[in-house]
Amino acid sequence: MLNIKVLGTGCANCKTTVKLIEDAARAKGVTIELDKVEEIKDIMSYGVMSTPGVVLNGKVVHAGGIPSRDKVELWLAGV
Amino acid sequence: MQAPAIQLKRWPSQQPLLFVILVTLIWFSLYQALTSVSEALVATLPVAREGHLGGALQFFFYDTPKVLLLLTGIVFVVGVVHTFVSPERTRAMLTGKRLGVGNVMAASLGIVTPFCSCSAVPLFIGFLQAGVPLGVTFSFLISAPMVNEVALALLFGMFGWKVATLYLVLGLTVAIVAGMVIGKLDMGNHLEDWVREMQNSQAVNAGEVTSMNWGKRIDSGISHVREIVGKVWPYIIAGIALGAGIHGYVPEDFMASVMGKDAPWWSVPAAVAIGVPMYTNAAGIIPIIEALMGKGAVLGTVLAFMMSVIALSAPEMIILRKVLKPRLIATFAGVVALGILLVGYVFNAVL
Repeated sequence: MLNIKVLGTGCANCKTTVKLIEDAARAKGVTIELDKVEEIKDIMSYGVMSTPGVVLNGKVVHAGGIPSRDKVELWLAGV
Repeated sequence: MQAPAIQLKRWPSQQPLLFVILVTLIWFSLYQALTSVSEALVATLPVAREGHLGGALQFFFYDTPKVLLLLTGIVFVVGVVHTFVSPERTRAMLTGKRLGVGNVMAASLGIVTPFCSCSAVPLFIGFLQAGVPLGVTFSFLISAPMVNEVALALLFGMFGWKVATLYLVLGLTVAIVAGMVIGKLDMGNHLEDWVREMQNSQAVNAGEVTSMNWGKRIDSGISHVREIVGKVWPYIIAGIALGAGIHGYVPEDFMASVMGKDAPWWSVPAAVAIGVPMYTNAAGIIPIIEALMGKGAVLGTVLAFMMSVIALSAPEMIILRKVLKPRLIATFAGVVALGILLVGYVFNAVL
């Protein structure tokens, strides 16, 4: 199963990102494990400086801003 | 029916050059038509053009589209510029830079680096981790929110390029000097302990930006417009409506005694003191400022007010408290406020 973590201190963009991934996963019928990482220390341990960041199976795939829907769908497709 | 819509959506990235030329042309012709359209609009309404309501309406109908047009244009350009600069790249450029040169670079990069105030803390730590000096990091942190594209676009739209340039130069100066002062004070031991442990720890470098073609850059310009303009337009309209009210109804020279040329010396510090706890973005504050100036307030006092609203805010202090000990926060706020104060006085004296 895909594990996706959204890194962000709880700003509006971070919440939008979480929702975007949830929606895309539901639309595609993919089951994912979605975590929110909100503690600054934990966010920093991924080396991300601009939030929201997205971690896919332990690897940072996105940082700084809301990812595009296309990008999210690529992740869900496991590419 | 969906096919043409999708084609239209993909068109900018397929023919970026054609798209940019066409959009630029439309943009300029709209901009040229503003005054006549706003006058025509007011003329169709059953109000006297010379009356209070007529004046307020004309101001509103002219300013709203003008500001939105300028904002859209500049935000688009900045969105494209952002595809060339990432915080990671900025950090790499600043690593190991000395105080002075580093501060100038940090403040300048603050203008073009994509930055959201909610990223301030991760960015702050990320910079320190990579060995960017504390003072240089602060220069970036002050300049990034204060000298941003929205503020510059609005100032340019409402006061012209001279005021926008002055704001740019003075904002950078405050950021550079404040960062240098903080660096000189050597306050590294006033960082929270866990942050100090991370300092110079050689950060992990997260996914580098992949190279983009122009189609993608244009696309990200468009999505930047959608994101920023989509977020700030209600503030702008509310701000302009309030400004229009002041414009039409508050008597001329009302502000002159409080914020004008002959106002007492304490009017600048008072403006800053009122501005700090206020928290709004450039979009909400600038239309109000334009109206205040129309009523006799002087530019220096007004700009000091604006800078303190945008650059220093209570929510930001609370977030920064997670990484800075109170003395460093107080120093940061104090130095920046002092810088803004000087800007206000200098402006008032020169103009």
